[in-house]
Amino acid sequence: MENFAHVQAMTVLAVGIIFGMGALGTAIGFGILGGRFLEGAARQPELAPMLQVKMFIVAALVDAVAMIGIGFALFFTFANPFTAGLTH
Amino acid sequence: MAAEQPTTANEYILHHLTFLSNKEPKGILDFSVIHLDSVFFSVLLAVLFAGSFYLAARKATAGQPGKFQNFVELVVEFVDTQVKDSFHGTNKLLAPLALTIFCWVFLFNAMDILPVDLLPYIAHGAGIEHLKVVPSTDLNITFAMSLTVFILIIYYSIKVKGIGGFVSEFTMQPFVAKNPVLKVLLIFPNLILEIVPFLARPISLSLRLYGNLFAGEMIFLLLAALTLHGMSQLGSAGGWALLVAQILLAFAWAVFHLLVITLQAFIFMVLTIVYLAMAQEHH
Repeated sequence: MENFAHVQAMTVLAVGIIFGMGALGTAIGFGILGGRFLEGAARQPELAPMLQVKMFIVAALVDAVAMIGIGFALFFTFANPFTAGLTH
Repeated sequence: MAAEQPTTANEYILHHLTFLSNKEPKGILDFSVIHLDSVFFSVLLAVLFAGSFYLAARKATAGQPGKFQNFVELVVEFVDTQVKDSFHGTNKLLAPLALTIFCWVFLFNAMDILPVDLLPYIAHGAGIEHLKVVPSTDLNITFAMSLTVFILIIYYSIKVKGIGGFVSEFTMQPFVAKNPVLKVLLIFPNLILEIVPFLARPISLSLRLYGNLFAGEMIFLLLAALTLHGMSQLGSAGGWALLVAQILLAFAWAVFHLLVITLQAFIFMVLTIVYLAMAQEHH
């Protein structure tokens, strides 16, 4: 019976780590991506619209896994499968 | 809301995360369960998209176009440019598929802009307990689309390269060898290195869309739960503060979400085009 609170506590920590690591990776990725885009646009301004389209494509790829992580983390928060069999 | 008003934010959120199913699932994989609300809204939006574009095509004039025809031409030209940029062959299915994916996924995602309780409240008046109006927050819908694209990738790979070419694409790359014995030995590592990204494509395609829309819907729900107790909250100053905060935050999030909606539909379409183009290229 005391396992239930333990599993809940571990789930809370896991959700926090998922959100944090996802945010960290995404932030660094977007920073590098945006920086390169600005450099490229500054070097060749006539290519800026084309580069912007490609930047959005890569941006969605960069935060794909972070979003998947957020989806799972929210799932753990509201419908925790780890406490499914336990009683409290 | 349900027969008893949800009293905690958790209940409210869980109520809004439940699908309208024909029966309860027995275990994690139960194919007899149908999410009636997802099916209804996806079919409705498909009819809306296909019907309106078909009407625009029928009434199309070569002279000065009307507003809707102009809009349809804009969308079709946009998708056509994207396909032409990535695919240099001839395939009659690809551009219409890309157009359908873009418009359909965009309409799915756009259902998230409607107020969270609007359609469920109307449905509750008609006796329906749960209603989820955004089909792309249903894993079944997103996986259905990405698995269809996956099947098309395999079909076009085999059609263009033949079974031998298709198999050699997995077993002879990325490690190439001239010696036949070495070729056989390298089949296993090649297979692992090729199968993993090959399977990751449909999974990431569907989960990307699902994750983005689920997170967006979750934030709308959390913001809606700020004024969970309705009119009785307006008695206190704290209640008013929550109402003002809710209006501002929900507006800001909705504006940001407009970008996410369009971007995710665009990404699904672009990745479909790129994957199908890669499946049909000869080496």
